[in-house]
Amino acid sequence: MDAPIDWTDGVEALAYQGCDVCGETWYFRRDFCPRCGSTRVATRVSGCVGTVYAATVVVRAPSPEWRERAPYGLCLVDLDEGVRVMTHAEPGIGIGCRVRIGFQRTDRGVLPIAARLTADEERT
Amino acid sequence: MAWITGVGMTAFGKHAGSTTIDLMSQAATAALADAGLERRDIDGLVCGYSTTMPHLMLSTLFAEHFGLQPRYAHGMQVGGATGLAMAMLANLVADAGAARNILVVAGENRVTGQSRDMTMQTLAQAGQHQYEVPLGPTIPAYYGLVASRYMHETGLDETDFAHLAVLMRRNAAGHPGAQLRDPITVEDVLASKPIAPPLKLMDCCPISDGAAAFVVSADRISANALRVRGCSQAHTHQHVTGAKDLTAFGARRSSARALADAGVGVADIGYAGIYDSFTITLAILLEEIGLSRRGASGKDVAAGRYDADGNLPLNTHGGLLSYGHCGVGGALAHLVEMHRQVTRRAGERQIRSEPALALMHGDGGIMSSHVSIVVERTS
Repeated sequence: MDAPIDWTDGVEALAYQGCDVCGETWYFRRDFCPRCGSTRVATRVSGCVGTVYAATVVVRAPSPEWRERAPYGLCLVDLDEGVRVMTHAEPGIGIGCRVRIGFQRTDRGVLPIAARLTADEERT
Repeated sequence: MAWITGVGMTAFGKHAGSTTIDLMSQAATAALADAGLERRDIDGLVCGYSTTMPHLMLSTLFAEHFGLQPRYAHGMQVGGATGLAMAMLANLVADAGAARNILVVAGENRVTGQSRDMTMQTLAQAGQHQYEVPLGPTIPAYYGLVASRYMHETGLDETDFAHLAVLMRRNAAGHPGAQLRDPITVEDVLASKPIAPPLKLMDCCPISDGAAAFVVSADRISANALRVRGCSQAHTHQHVTGAKDLTAFGARRSSARALADAGVGVADIGYAGIYDSFTITLAILLEEIGLSRRGASGKDVAAGRYDADGNLPLNTHGGLLSYGHCGVGGALAHLVEMHRQVTRRAGERQIRSEPALALMHGDGGIMSSHVSIVVERTS
């Protein structure tokens, strides 16, 4: 599609989109608004801070490559921009935790990982 | 509305050496015999899909193999909801007059036909290919996410889930075709190995080989025909990340519409066949449909409400959790068992309550696709 912009194309960032007409925001990239159909769509880079909505741990990994990393936390984060994203999670991350999403470069590409937000970070 | 005029299914478990169409043929043969029909009587065919035999035209592939030349054929794919979506489609086809006797069949050698890793990876592709699958998730992990939120908001706990697993195993013990028949306790479930917390091994259905089939007819052509009274679907999202709310699902709408079509209330239902890929799936569906109050499904199961001799018998063959899960055929097994129970042909498993109305519900994806069907025994 367009130029690389987030972790899904190897950049250490997390992007989302918004509609300039109706204000809807969403995560999975597309060139129109899924609510009103407008093509006036803006792609924005997230501040990567949010609140955990759901959390689990992948203990039984899907393949030998992932088995080397297991167990790994997996969570859904409601970003402060109003978009829900799936990321890996540091141990101990649970529902309601305030988190910052960081990035790790691996053989398989860039992985977004949620870590607990410190009190200092929350204030700024 | 049409009639379900005959049913059949194989045992679930390992059928080494049997292919998808071998298993489908076995179930289809049994369903035709049960309906008292010959191949020449079948003028409609609805099939599902098979992960071990991906094919562009599974319905006509099967038709040629089995010896059918239908005037209507269709292959469907809506994940775990496919089984009941096929039943709804067959009902619509019969009502429209496009065919008079429609064979609905699905099966798969899902456990012996491929490696466990391959099955896990194929199923995980239900996730979003760009934003979810690269994170190494599994189907249990998607449902683990759902479970974490649903528990957080409703107060359901792991012991509640365990009661559901124990009931399904107890039911399966009475069915010679069930894959998992050894009795288990709540403690066994709680102590089983973690897969994707809060889900443990015994909260998850096994992977199976097997097949199930039934015939939907425009006319009441067999003594054991059951009337389809209401059908409805609801599709709210595909991916778990795309779901607006992990505590409210399409099951509520689809079941309410199916019951309204039938002109009955949820309290009139005397038998329930509910999709149970994981204990959390079953708990949510019982509560969203309104068979149990929110947060009360586990306690209701523990109190015996859903026992075979209880107020509302549920998945008396053992469900996906213990009869087994061979893909599309897994959900059809719930319908086959419902038919046998409501027509009083379940042998030693026969429930005594003689229900006239049954509610079936299927779920596909990550609580994404919902199908509800109300069926009635008429005198």
